[in-house]
Amino acid sequence: MLQGAEQPRAPVSWIGCSSEGLMDNIITNAGAWLLLAILALFGAALAADAGFAVHMGIMAIAALAASFLTMAKGDFNALPGRFAGPSALRSRYYDDVIRWGVIATVFWGVVGFLVGVVIALQLPFPALNLNNEFTTFGRLRPLHTSAVIFAFGGNALLATSFYVVQRTCRARLFAPKLANFVFWGYQLFIVLAATGYILGITEGKEYAEPEWYVDLWLTIVWVCYLAVFVGTIVKRSEPHIYVANWFYLSFIITIAMLHIVNNLSMPVSLLGSKSYAAFAGVQDALTQWWYGHNAVGFFLTAGFLGMMYYFVPKQAERPVYSYRLSIIHFWSLIFLYIWAGPHHLHYTALPDWAQTLGMVFSVMLWMPSWGGMINGLMTLNGAWDKIRTDPIIRMMVFALAFYGMATFEGPMMSIKSVNSLSHYTEWTIGHVHSGALGWNGMITFSAIYYMAPRLWGRERLYSLRMVNWHFWLATLGIVLYASSMWVAGITQGLMWREYGEDGYLVYAFAEVVSAVKPYYVIRMVGGLFYLTGSLVMAWNIYKTIKGDLRQEAPMTDAAFDPEADRPVVRAPAAGTPQPAPAE
Amino acid sequence: MVERKRIDDKTGTSTVGHEWDGIEELDTPMPRWWLVTFFATIVFAAVYVVLYPAWPLVHSATAGVLGWSSRGQLAKEVATEGTRKAPIEQALARIPIERLPENSELFQAAVAGGSAAFKVYCVQCHGAGAAGTKGYPNLNDDDWLWGGDLKTIQQTLANGIRQPGNDATRMSVMPAFGRDAILQPAEVQDVVSYVRLLSHQEKPSEAARRGATLFANNCVACHGPQGKGMRDFGAPNLTDGIWLYGGDRDTLTETVTNSRYGVMPAWGHRLDPVTIKMLAAYVHSLGGGEAFVPETPAAVAAATSNPEAATPVAQPRNVQP
Repeated sequence: MLQGAEQPRAPVSWIGCSSEGLMDNIITNAGAWLLLAILALFGAALAADAGFAVHMGIMAIAALAASFLTMAKGDFNALPGRFAGPSALRSRYYDDVIRWGVIATVFWGVVGFLVGVVIALQLPFPALNLNNEFTTFGRLRPLHTSAVIFAFGGNALLATSFYVVQRTCRARLFAPKLANFVFWGYQLFIVLAATGYILGITEGKEYAEPEWYVDLWLTIVWVCYLAVFVGTIVKRSEPHIYVANWFYLSFIITIAMLHIVNNLSMPVSLLGSKSYAAFAGVQDALTQWWYGHNAVGFFLTAGFLGMMYYFVPKQAERPVYSYRLSIIHFWSLIFLYIWAGPHHLHYTALPDWAQTLGMVFSVMLWMPSWGGMINGLMTLNGAWDKIRTDPIIRMMVFALAFYGMATFEGPMMSIKSVNSLSHYTEWTIGHVHSGALGWNGMITFSAIYYMAPRLWGRERLYSLRMVNWHFWLATLGIVLYASSMWVAGITQGLMWREYGEDGYLVYAFAEVVSAVKPYYVIRMVGGLFYLTGSLVMAWNIYKTIKGDLRQEAPMTDAAFDPEADRPVVRAPAAGTPQPAPAE
Repeated sequence: MVERKRIDDKTGTSTVGHEWDGIEELDTPMPRWWLVTFFATIVFAAVYVVLYPAWPLVHSATAGVLGWSSRGQLAKEVATEGTRKAPIEQALARIPIERLPENSELFQAAVAGGSAAFKVYCVQCHGAGAAGTKGYPNLNDDDWLWGGDLKTIQQTLANGIRQPGNDATRMSVMPAFGRDAILQPAEVQDVVSYVRLLSHQEKPSEAARRGATLFANNCVACHGPQGKGMRDFGAPNLTDGIWLYGGDRDTLTETVTNSRYGVMPAWGHRLDPVTIKMLAAYVHSLGGGEAFVPETPAAVAAATSNPEAATPVAQPRNVQP
C-alpha cells in the first residue's frame, strides 16, 4: 500500500554501482552508525543532567535503528533483481524521500495544530496548565511554534524542494542516500527539539530554542541538504535554473547562515545540555531578531514562494505571469529582507539608528513581497474560472491573498508609530497567524494535494470535495483567528496606553487581560476549525495513498501526464526511457 | 532545450522562451503601479534616514537633521508631565493628610493618582475592585483591622503589616493556641463554637458555654470582652460576619489552632510620600473611610513608638514565626 513506507530503495549510487562496492559501503555505513550509537550511549551514561541523558538515549536509539536498517540492505538476494533495469530506475525521479516527506508534513501538521489548540485553551483557562512543569504554556508554546514552522513547514519545504528541483531541472535527485539522511536526520532534530522543550532544555531564543548539540546536528543535516539540492541543480538537463529553485536555494543558504550565527554558544559541559550564548545584552537581542525575522523571511517566505512558483502554474496550467517581475522581486526581496530584523526591537535598548534602519528596510520590503503575490495571482490570467471549479486553485489563491495581506501588514507594523501600539499585543500573534495559517498552511496543503496522487501513481485524489471542505474549514478558522486577534491586540494596545484627564494610566494590566479573554476563546474556536480541516486532509491523503477513490460528483482538477513526469536522459547509453512502472 | 518564444493565446503576451516541466513564463512588463510604489517606498526611506538617526559611524551614528532621539522624546514627555503635575504634587506634599478632605479639588486629584497607583501595586492582593480575597481584606467596607481614617491608612501603607526591621510597622501576633498546646483540641472546638455563637452562626450550646469561659481567659485581651476586636492590635471584630479567612468551623479551627500572620509590604520604602498619600486617599474614598479624630499626644506616642510594648501581655514569646 505505502510505496513510500518501504525502505528507501537501493539507490542508483552516485558512489559506485558494483554490488561489491555497495556491500563495502553498507558495512562502512552500518559501522559508522553503530559507532555513533555507542558514543551517544556513553553520552547518556556520563550526562551532567537528566535532559541530556534522555536526548543521548534518543540519539542512540536513532543511530541503532539507522545501523540495523543499513545492515538489512546487506542481505541482497534481491540484488540482481534490483539492478535488472537500471535504465528504467535512472529514468525515474527519486521520489521515495518525497513520499516520506508528504507523510511527515501531514503528521507534524496535525500535531502542531493540536498543540496550538491546547495552548490557545490554556490562555483563557489557566487550569489547563495541569499544574505540572511539563505541560505549562511556557513549554508547550515552543513545542507548537517549532512543530508548525520547522516540523510541518520544514518537511513541506524538504519534500517540495526535492520534488520541484528534480522536475524543473529534469534530473534525478543528486545523492539520493544523502537525501534520505537529510530527511531522517531532520526528523531526529524535530524529536530532539520537541522532547527538549517538554523537558525544559532551552536556549531561551525564540524559534531557536534547541540547545548546542541539537544545533550541531541540524547543521550537519542542513549542509547535506544544501549538497543534495545544489548537486541536483548542477546536474540539470535544462539550460536555465527555474525561479522556484532560486527561492529554494536562497532559503537553504540563508537558513544555514542564520542558524549558525544565532546559535554560537559555549556549552557548560560537553556532557550537559546547558550552554551560554556568544553574545549578551542588546547584541544578543539583535542577533536573535536578525535570525528570527529572517527565519520568517527565508523559511516562511522565500522557501514557500519557491513552492508557489512551481505548484501554482502547474495546477493552473498557465504560464507564469511575468519573468521580469520574478527576477526583480526575487533579488529585491532577498537583499532587503536581511536588514529588517531590528523592527522587532523598536523602543528597546537597541540604538535609535538600528531601529530606523530596521523600519525603512521593512517599508521598502512591501513591494518586493507583493511581487510574489502578483506573479502568483496573475498567473491565473486566462484561467480565473478555475477558482470556481478547482478547490486546489482556490486554496492557492487564498494563500496568495493572505500572503499579500500579511506582507502589507508587516511593513505597516514596522513603522514606529504603529509599532508603539501593536508591539507586545495579540495583534502580532494575529499577524503571524494570518501569514502562517493563510499563506504557509494553505500553499502547503495545496502542494500536498497536487503531489499526493502523482507520487503514489493515483488517477486523482481520494476526494476533491473533501479538499473543498478543508478549504472552507481552514478559511473559517483563519477568519475567526485573525479577526479576534486583531480586535484583542488593538484593545490591548489602546488600554495599555490610555491616560485619564488627570494624567494617570486608566487600566491595570489584569483589567486588560480580562478584557481580551473572550477573544482568546474565539481564537481557540478558530484554531479548532483549522485543526479539523487538517484532519480532513489527513484522511483524504491516507485514502489517496491507499488507492481508494471516493464516489462523488466530479470537480475539476489539473490533469496528470505520467509520461511527461520524468527526467531528460541525456546519455544515450542509459537507453530509451521506459514508462514509469505503475505504482 | 530549444528556446521557443510563442504568443500565449489567452493573454496575447509573448513567452520568454524557456520551459521547465511544462511551465513557461510570460514576458509581461512589471506592473507600473508596482514599480512606482516600490520607488516611492525607496524615496520615503531615503528621506527618513536623513531626518532620523540612521547611519552608524565609528563612534556614534548620524543624529538626523530633526535631532530626534527616543530618549530625548521620553525625557521631554516626562518633563512636560512633571511640570503639569508639579503644583498638585507640591500641594499634596505640603498638606497634612488629615486635612486633605478640606480641599476637595486636591482630594479628587489625590484619589485619581491613588487609583492609578493602586492598579500597579495593590491589585495583586486586594483585587482590581479592592474587594480582597481570602487573607487579603476587602477595602470597600467599613470593617477596618487597624483603623480607617486617612492618617491611620497612611501609617499602615507606609510601614506595612508585620514587616521585620520596621519599628513603626503594624505588629501583633496571635498565639497558635492548638499547635503550642495552650488549648487542647477539644477546647479549641469549644472556642470555635463560642466564636460562631458570637457571629450568630450557631445556637447556644454546652460547647459554646465552655468556650465562653476559655474565650474570657485567652482571647479578650485582644478581641475584647464582647469579641468586637481591638484596632491597636489589628484584632478583628468577631461578631460582624465579615471574615478575613473564613467563619466556617474548619477555617476557624485552623485559625485558632495555628494562628494567622498576614503581612503587607511597607510601601514607604518603595514609593514616594505623595504616592502614599494618594493611595491612602483612594482607599479612604472607596466607601469605608472614617473621619479623623485627633488623639491625645500621649496616646499617639504609645501607639506608634513602641509597638512591642503594645502587644498583649498574654502573647507567648515563643510563637514568633
